[in-house]
Amino acid sequence: MLNEIKKSEQYQKFIVYRDKILALNNDSLEKTIAIALSLCLVCAVLVSMAAVALKPLQIDNKAFDMKKNILDVAGLLEADTDVNQAFAEKIEPKLVDIETGDYVESMDVEAYDQRKAAKDPAQSIVIPVEKDIAHIRVKAKIAKVYLVKKGDAIQSIILPVNGYGLWSTLYGFLALAADGQTVQSINFYDQAETPGLGGEVVNPNWRALWNGKKVYSESGEPVLTLIKGVVDTNKAGSEYQVDGLAGATLTSVGVSNLVKYWMSNEGFAPYLNKIRTAEKG
Amino acid sequence: MSAILDSETKKVLTKPLVENNPITLQVLGICSALAVTSQMSTSLIMAIALTSVTACSSAAISAIRNHIPGSIRIIVQMIIIASLVIVVDQILKAFAYEISKQLSVFVGLIITNCIVMGRAEAYAMKNPPLASFMDGIGNGLGYSLILVIVAFFRETLGSGKLLGIDVFHLAKDGGWYVPNGLMLLPPSAFFIIGLIIWTFRQLKPEQVEHQDFKIMDIAHGEGGHH
Repeated sequence: MLNEIKKSEQYQKFIVYRDKILALNNDSLEKTIAIALSLCLVCAVLVSMAAVALKPLQIDNKAFDMKKNILDVAGLLEADTDVNQAFAEKIEPKLVDIETGDYVESMDVEAYDQRKAAKDPAQSIVIPVEKDIAHIRVKAKIAKVYLVKKGDAIQSIILPVNGYGLWSTLYGFLALAADGQTVQSINFYDQAETPGLGGEVVNPNWRALWNGKKVYSESGEPVLTLIKGVVDTNKAGSEYQVDGLAGATLTSVGVSNLVKYWMSNEGFAPYLNKIRTAEKG
Repeated sequence: MSAILDSETKKVLTKPLVENNPITLQVLGICSALAVTSQMSTSLIMAIALTSVTACSSAAISAIRNHIPGSIRIIVQMIIIASLVIVVDQILKAFAYEISKQLSVFVGLIITNCIVMGRAEAYAMKNPPLASFMDGIGNGLGYSLILVIVAFFRETLGSGKLLGIDVFHLAKDGGWYVPNGLMLLPPSAFFIIGLIIWTFRQLKPEQVEHQDFKIMDIAHGEGGHH
C-alpha cells in the first residue's frame, strides 16, 4: 500500500513540489504562505483526531459526574457509594413543563438534555429582559428534575438551576424537601468564578449553611437570599437568609438572583405548588 | 560524539533544576504556580502537562526550525504549542476528569505560559530536535520541582493533608492541628516561592541579580533646581 502510494505519479509530483517549496528563501511570500497552510493543516488534523477519539470517554465522564452531583445534593453520596447503582436505585428523573408545572410523560427522560434544549430555539423560551433577573436570556421549556422517594413519599425534589455570577453562568442543583419550601442542599457543578472567592460556592462548609433554610415567605414570595456577612440566627427571618460569600459580592448576588428566579412563577413555583397539593391530597 | 551528546543532554536536563530554574531564576510561569498549588494532586498533573507540552513543542519547533519564516515565527510557535495544549486538555478530560475540572482554565493557559514560549525561542529555534526535547523536559522538571515544593507546604499546612491523606490530625476532627487558611489562598504561594528563591540565592550567590541602578545619596543628588 505504502509502496504503491510512493510510486504513484501524484506522489512524485508532490515530492518535487515540496522540495521546491522547501528550497525557497524562508522569508519569501510563497514559502510563508505554504508553511502557514501546511502547519495549520497538520495541527488541525492532530487536534480534531484527539477530540474525536476521546469524545466517548469524555461523555461518559460527564454523565458519571452529573450522577455524582445529583447524589451529592440529595445527601446520598458516601465515599464508598457505587454511583451508577445508587443513582439507578434511588433517583427518579422526571420531565416537567416549566410553565404549567405538569409532568411530561411523552418524552424520553434519559435522552433529554436540558442544557442542550435551552440552546435550541424550538425547545426554549426567550426570557423578557425585565424578568431575567438571573441573566440567562433563555430557558428550556421542559426541565429535568430528579425525585428521591421512600416508598411513594417524596423525600427530596432536586431542581436544576442556573444564573450568571461574576464571570460565568453557574449551573447547579437545589434540593428541596417534599414541602417545596425547606432547602436540603445546593451544589454547583459547573462554574468559573474566582477560585478562592466566588469559587467558594462549591465549599462544603458554605453549602451546609443552606440546610433547613426556607424559600417562600408567608405570602408565597421567594425571599431566600444571600446577605453580606454572617446571618444572625436569633433574628426573625434568619431562616430566609444565607451567609454571603466573603469577598465575592457579585457571585453572591448572582446566587441570590438565580434562586429567586427559579423559585418564582417564571421557574418552578407552578410545579412546586402542584407537588404540595398532590402531597396534601 | 556520543559522550559529548550525553554531557550536553545531562546539562540541559539538570541545569534548569536549581542553577537555571525557570521559576526561581527566570521568574517565569508564576501565574499557574500560584493557582494550582493548593493541592499536591493538581500540582502533579499540571507539572506533567506542562513538561510534556514544553518537551513536545520544543521538539516540533526544532524539527522545522530551518523552515520557519521569520515574519510568522511567533505565530508558528504559538500554533504548535496551542495544538499540543488542546490535545493535553482533551486527554485530561478523558482520563482524569476530576482533576481537569479542578485545574479548569489553567491547563488551557499553558499556551500562554512563558516557560514554553521561552524555551521555544531561546533553545528550540537554535538546536536539534532531540536536544530541544531534553531541554523541554529539563525545564518542565525545574517547574515541577518548585510546584511540588510549594504544594507540599500549602496542602500540609493548609488542609493537614498530602495527596488527600491525613498527615496532621485536624482540630475539627478532635486532633491538634488548626489548619492555616492562608495557605489555601494564592498569596501564600508568593511567600513560599519567595522563600525558595531566597534559599536558592543564599546557596548560590551568583544567582543574585545585579542592581539595575543605584539609589543616589540625597546629599549628592540632583537637588538645587527649585
